[in-house]
Amino acid sequence: MALDKTTVANIAFLARLDVPQDQQEALAGELSGILTWIEQLGEVDTQDVAPMTCVADLALAWREDVITDGGYPARVLANAPEQLDGCYVVPKVVE
Amino acid sequence: MESTSSLPADLTDLTLVQARSGLEQGTFSPTELVQAHLDRLEKADALNAFITKTPDLALAQAERAEKRLRDRTHGPLEGIPLGIKDLFCTEGVETTAASRILKGFIPPYESTVTDKLFQAGAVMLGKTNLDEFAMGSSNKTSAAGPCLNPWRRAGDDEALVPGGSSGGSASAVSARLVLGATGTDTGGSIRQPAAFCGIVGLKPTYGRCSRWGIVAFASSLDQAGPMTRTVHDAAVMLRAMAGHDPRDSTSAPVEVPNYEAALTGDIRGLRVGLPREYRPDGLDPEMAALWDKGAQMLRDAGAEVVEVSLPHTRYALATYYIVAPAEASSNLARYDGVRYGLRVEGASLDEMYCKTRAAGFGSEVRRRILIGTYALSAGYYDAYYLKAQRVRARIADDFRQAFRDVDVLLTPTTPTAAFGLNETIDDPITMYLNDVFTVPTSLAGLPGLSIPVGLSSKGLPIGLQLIGRHFDEETVLNAGLVLERAAAFTHRPAFLTDTGEA
Repeated sequence: MALDKTTVANIAFLARLDVPQDQQEALAGELSGILTWIEQLGEVDTQDVAPMTCVADLALAWREDVITDGGYPARVLANAPEQLDGCYVVPKVVE
Repeated sequence: MESTSSLPADLTDLTLVQARSGLEQGTFSPTELVQAHLDRLEKADALNAFITKTPDLALAQAERAEKRLRDRTHGPLEGIPLGIKDLFCTEGVETTAASRILKGFIPPYESTVTDKLFQAGAVMLGKTNLDEFAMGSSNKTSAAGPCLNPWRRAGDDEALVPGGSSGGSASAVSARLVLGATGTDTGGSIRQPAAFCGIVGLKPTYGRCSRWGIVAFASSLDQAGPMTRTVHDAAVMLRAMAGHDPRDSTSAPVEVPNYEAALTGDIRGLRVGLPREYRPDGLDPEMAALWDKGAQMLRDAGAEVVEVSLPHTRYALATYYIVAPAEASSNLARYDGVRYGLRVEGASLDEMYCKTRAAGFGSEVRRRILIGTYALSAGYYDAYYLKAQRVRARIADDFRQAFRDVDVLLTPTTPTAAFGLNETIDDPITMYLNDVFTVPTSLAGLPGLSIPVGLSSKGLPIGLQLIGRHFDEETVLNAGLVLERAAAFTHRPAFLTDTGEA
């Protein structure tokens, strides 16, 4: 699978990751190389094989739907780059 | 099992189990033991094994250990100095995952594994270096700079990598800076650096240790485990780390055995499999010879060694390099410049996200996020991610079939010994080949143990890997003990000679 610059720019935006224009070409080549290598998986017959989602045969445990943690906003916010009145501050999203 | 009557003069040369006996018998105090390690740590800056050192905390914990030993209320690791991989959140102590994006992050909570270790009395000397977000096999992707291997080739001064991602932990244990360290393993990150640094590293069964509070890389693969200088030490440390945790729904609600009790050294009748696919045409002859030697050691101890087949082995790396980046791209979406870590301002929210993440993540992490995002994106999800998950099921099934016939598998841990820090490996796929023998075990969620078994002709440690059934760390450890005794690996890294500890 050969990726072009435009695809790389699209993936980069989906991942919210700035990739400067002058690096898109090189990155497209690198990612294409990896994806081409991965295409060998096509050789494996996986008809009637269910995708593996869990390595251990574990049943998820049930618990009461109650609040079990929380009540310490100051600790939660302690690492925030910017906070105000107990809230995270982000750039304006609504004009 | 191990006598304390002939204690080495240097407290840093004890095994964890010897130190435990010495502390319990009052031969030396936790403060003496911790101070001896802190003194060595001071002389080991050249290794860059630690991102953060916590000497004050260590001495305070040693004081607490002294009291608990006096009151006979001590835990199984009371007063034992450990290194903690900087991927475990430690309350009040900076946790960076070796990434610029987490610089300055002070967790307001303690990971379950470190909490258990501290409950057991362990002392933390600091946070060990790693590849950024545990993505790498060399420790070169760390934002804190590369960590070095305490070993060097015979007659050669070239600096070598300790492997990765748990390179700082492996280097610190090998250089006698700590008695043990925590690692995490997603595709080989405990076993490969353990092999490169000549120590013991155990990746337990997926679900054995809680992942709660460990910075997530690939959630269906990540697993914490011990890195030590002996198999017995690993058994002691694993027992303290393991156990069900209601805060991690993937941690298994199964009993934690007394691993020490499993170390009988008796493997008569044990069936050991050698997977033929692990001997490709290009396998380094030295590696192949050591593998044969390891098989002979087990045979000499009464095990039955047979060849087995794991036919989908050759597809494991490609499977891993879809599954792991896909999960990583999702896990790493949380680094958004809003709640913690780095923020680079932008005119809009999206611009802030994009700039923050570009500035905060290193190139290998960015590459994997992009591959993972692509593999999960509309139109490609079936072709890449679902396909990889199906191949993964076949790889796991290979192991299931093999374990009908044998109790444990023996393989090399890595294709080569440690490589040079300045050897340029530009091609990511070549770098990924380091994990060719460890990735299949991870995909199947099985326990894998690396043990130093010999030296290469250039004087570097080589490890062999034992793989067991789900939740059968006991058999793996016991077979490991037999290998360890037969190999009698007493070689010491060059760094100890440099620092006058030969």
